[in-house]
Parts: sequence; C-alpha cells; structure tokens
Amino acid sequence: MIRLTRRYRFSASHRLHSPALSGRDNAELYGRCNNPHGHGHSYVLDVSLSGPVDESTGRVADLAALDRLVETRILSRLGHRDLAAEAPDIAGSIPTSENLAAGIRASLQAHWHESFPGREPRLDRVRLYETPRNVFDELVLR
Amino acid sequence: MLITRRAEFCASHVCRQPARTDQENAAIYGAEANPRGHGHNFVLEVTLEGEPDPATGMVYDLKRLKEILRQEIIDVFDHRFLNVEVPPFDKVVPTPENMAIEIWRRLEGWFPEPQARLYAVRLADAEDHWVEYRGGSL
Repeated sequence: MIRLTRRYRFSASHRLHSPALSGRDNAELYGRCNNPHGHGHSYVLDVSLSGPVDESTGRVADLAALDRLVETRILSRLGHRDLAAEAPDIAGSIPTSENLAAGIRASLQAHWHESFPGREPRLDRVRLYETPRNVFDELVLR
Repeated sequence: MLITRRAEFCASHVCRQPARTDQENAAIYGAEANPRGHGHNFVLEVTLEGEPDPATGMVYDLKRLKEILRQEIIDVFDHRFLNVEVPPFDKVVPTPENMAIEIWRRLEGWFPEPQARLYAVRLADAEDHWVEYRGGSL
C-alpha cells in the first residue's frame, strides 16, 4: 500500500459572516475576515490517496485522471471566485476553511468512482492551506 | 516517537514499459515517458519510530542515520540514470512508488527493533507530488 499526495493551488476570495449573529458579534468573532468587502487567499490543496501499486505500471493511481477530477470539480469552480457567492455548494454559506475543506472532500468523493474506471484508489485526506500558517485536514476515515 | 531525517539526490529516469507503444506509455506516464529520460531533485524523508534511550535521550543517532542514507541511497542513486545504472530499475519501472519501495528494502534491515523501527519512507520528485510507503503489502 502506497500513499500518494498531489498538490494543487487556487486563489479565491471570501468573507466570513454569519447571518445568525449581529454585525458587532460577527466583527468580534471573525475579526479582519469579516471585512464587508471580502479578501482572498492563495490556497494550497493537497489531495492524498492510497492503494496497492499496479505491478505493470508501477503506479498507485492514474494521475491524469486525478488531475482531471480536481481541475473539473474543484479548481475551475473555485479559482478566482468569490466563494460564498459563486461556489456555495462547495464552500458553504460561511466559507471558513473548515467548511471549504469538507466541501472539497465531499465533491471529490461524489465523483471519485466515475473518475477512476480502472483501478480505483482510496481518497485518504484533503489538506487545505488557507495560508502557510493555517492548515485544515479533512480525513476520510476507514 | 517518530524522528525524521531528510536527504536529497539528483537522478534521471524514464517511466515506460518496453512492451507498450510510445502512445500507451505517454497515456500512462505523461511527460515522464520521454524515452531519453529526464531528471529530478528528489527529496527523501526517512522516519524511524522508537522510544528515546534513557541513557542518551535519543531514539536513534541521526549522524548514523545520515551515514546509512549516504551509503545505501545517495551513493547509489545520486547523479545516476536509474534505468541504466541502478538495478532493479533496469527491469522495474522507476516510478516514485517503486523507488520508495526499493529505498524501503535497502533500509529496512538496518533498523532492527527494539531500538528503532523503520516507520516511513517519503519521496518527492517535485514540490507538488510525493509518495509515502510504510512497509507491508504492496
């Protein structure tokens, strides 16, 4: 069993604001992330998968298939977008990186099986770096 | 406790199966299948698992680990064309997966328990791509 991790990047904007809270409570809770005009990040996304190594190819998964899946379902949907306004199905209505990581995992899982018609590796983990200092792991439990 | 030592080596390789056509190889391996080969600055991280020795306070002497990595990996892989110069890659496709497995095989015997056990081998061929092997079934 080998685990393989592939790193992707996308830039997007968001604003953290909960409709359940007052303006003041939002400002206090989310701080500068509550700025009404929004702000953005250069996100880094690590997708980890695992499985047995195919004896003939020496590979654990079809990387081109993984790239296509991530490009189609994630990068093209999120790249250079306002997350809450333009991709709420992935980022949620409050696009915290917790919600975003969970949404990315769910979206990848929903299209995982059809993306690997031959050997299907296992999706292990989605790791999202909001900044180099803020890291969010969404584990796919066995 | 886990302790990790990092090492680098530069090597060239080509990922292709002789029995397949150029087109098939390109479909499987992409640009890695270019028959003339290409190189990477590989980054290797080797992780050992163990408890610190009460006398030394160390799980394993990292100077010794560095020397083992030099002897078993760097001296063998660095500045080589893997497919031509480093068995088993004359017969086995040197994908990062197979390279990690070969590195594991070369290192495993050096770390008999109980002092320290080889826990993981992590190999990156680029900043956006790496594999990890923790032994056991392939």
